[in-house]
Amino acid sequence: MGFFLEVLIGGLLAGVLYSLVALGFVLIFKASGVFNFAQGAMVLTAGLALVRALDVFEQWHWPFGLALLSAFAFAAVIMAIIAWMVERLVLRKLVNQEDIILFMATIGITFFLEGLAQTLFGADVYPLNVGLPKDPIFLLESLFDGGILVNELDIWAAVAAGLLVAGLALFFQRTRIGRALRAVADDHAAAQSVGIPLNQIWFIVWLVAGLVALVAGAVWGSKLGVQFSLSLLALKALPVLILGGFTSVPGAIIGGLIIGAGEKLAEVFLGPSMGGGIEIWFAYVVALLFLLFRPQGLFGERIIERV
Amino acid sequence: MGAESRLPLQPGEAEGVASANVLDVANIEVIYNHVILVLKGVSLSVPEGAIVALLGANGAGKSTTLKAISNLLLAERGEVTKGKIHCRGERVDGLTPNDLVRRGVIQVMEGRHCFGHLTVEENLLTGAFIHGRRRQQIADDLEKVYHYFPRLKVRRASQAGYTSGGEQQMTAIGRALMSRPNTILLDEPSMGLAPQLVEEIFEIVKNLNEREKVSFLLAEQNTNVALRYAHRGYILESGRVVLDGDAADLRENEDVKEFYLGIGGEGRRSFRDVKHYRRRKRWL
Repeated sequence: MGFFLEVLIGGLLAGVLYSLVALGFVLIFKASGVFNFAQGAMVLTAGLALVRALDVFEQWHWPFGLALLSAFAFAAVIMAIIAWMVERLVLRKLVNQEDIILFMATIGITFFLEGLAQTLFGADVYPLNVGLPKDPIFLLESLFDGGILVNELDIWAAVAAGLLVAGLALFFQRTRIGRALRAVADDHAAAQSVGIPLNQIWFIVWLVAGLVALVAGAVWGSKLGVQFSLSLLALKALPVLILGGFTSVPGAIIGGLIIGAGEKLAEVFLGPSMGGGIEIWFAYVVALLFLLFRPQGLFGERIIERV
Repeated sequence: MGAESRLPLQPGEAEGVASANVLDVANIEVIYNHVILVLKGVSLSVPEGAIVALLGANGAGKSTTLKAISNLLLAERGEVTKGKIHCRGERVDGLTPNDLVRRGVIQVMEGRHCFGHLTVEENLLTGAFIHGRRRQQIADDLEKVYHYFPRLKVRRASQAGYTSGGEQQMTAIGRALMSRPNTILLDEPSMGLAPQLVEEIFEIVKNLNEREKVSFLLAEQNTNVALRYAHRGYILESGRVVLDGDAADLRENEDVKEFYLGIGGEGRRSFRDVKHYRRRKRWL
């Protein structure tokens, strides 16, 4: 039982990170109907900007807290510039084009960002230390023999993700801009007709997705080091989205948790009987089953229609 | 805010732009998708404080005319290729919908277009987007909208997608009011509503016109109701204005009676004759 829980918790915590990447997708998809393939590249760019800026500031012997804050601010500015450029140079030119054209455009943005980020910030593997403890700790030692082994970093990651989601929920439900974002997600034309400027909204939503990517990059980066493979996270987020529904923020979170936990449990408990290696493809098979039986995902939008 | 400011005529602006008009549309041509010619030279004007009806059959170009003014055309790949549109003497073609809302011209789209997943009250609040964070003003405006549409106050917390067609139409008009407009472009308010509700909506339009001094340009297929409430009317056919005049005169016009009100003529005729007659008298 202790072992099962240990695997489950480990899986859930890994799932939080998938959720973070999927969340960025959902935000942009809801507000502009664009499937943003570049979300993974944005995670990479944000992570690289963060780690390289932190290195530089530490070389200047800034105190760690200040260096860390400045590095986050620097990376946030980079994400804002990217959001602005995407809106100005891509979305504005392609307004009212077919979905597939916008999708292709985001693939273009992916390659551009990957190239640009690595040109500017370097292409090595950079270890990132944002001051989170990395020691393994044991939970519930009184209940189970030996307790449950959990990585402390993962717990902090989960806390960060939880705060981010709570913050986003507040932003969407309680603020004027958040309300405008939901209005745009519901009906572009009507939002325009009441004077909500779509260009501004697109910039904001790409910026928010960029900041989510920054958090994802910081967390993944401290776990695995900032490296090119962060860009491939986009592919891991895909099954999460299919599971949770492309338009649902809670769906992205829960989908991520299910995929994360399912993956680890399958690997540990089914793996030995199937020769192992399940973790790599498990998520995609689950996604495939969902596409067959529940294509809108667990929390896909209920379509309200009334004439 | 732009809503109240009346910009002076720019030097070199077209003469004959009467300052008493909130909207002057001069000879506009609209092309969709670079190939489909929809409006072939439409001219009309909306005097300050008037209700002007834009009448015509399906596909005559009523909605396109409204969208050309509010510039929602762009989102449908339409384009004003000729002609000019002035709002209080200021050239406004080529501005964004946001700019026009700031100048007090707002469109209520055909088919309501409420934000289905937002509550009725949130829908209304989106209409105040351009007013930023002026909380007191927005709260006052909200009360005013609830005063005109008491039914919305009851339904304020319901998701707009689950309200009735009439309530959605009220939400859409209320949402437009939240921007403090001086001119509302109202597209097919009667669409899909029971006759009694149509009457109720038009009564509210009349009220808003009289008490809030809001001018209306409304596109309608329901010629009968529209001409009873409007001051002036324009009749569109295949992208051209074929007839215009005071609403009272239009109501008495034999051709309007025959074609749009269905009450004219000399007793019953067979459908074939009607078609023939109509073809012969077509205004082209």
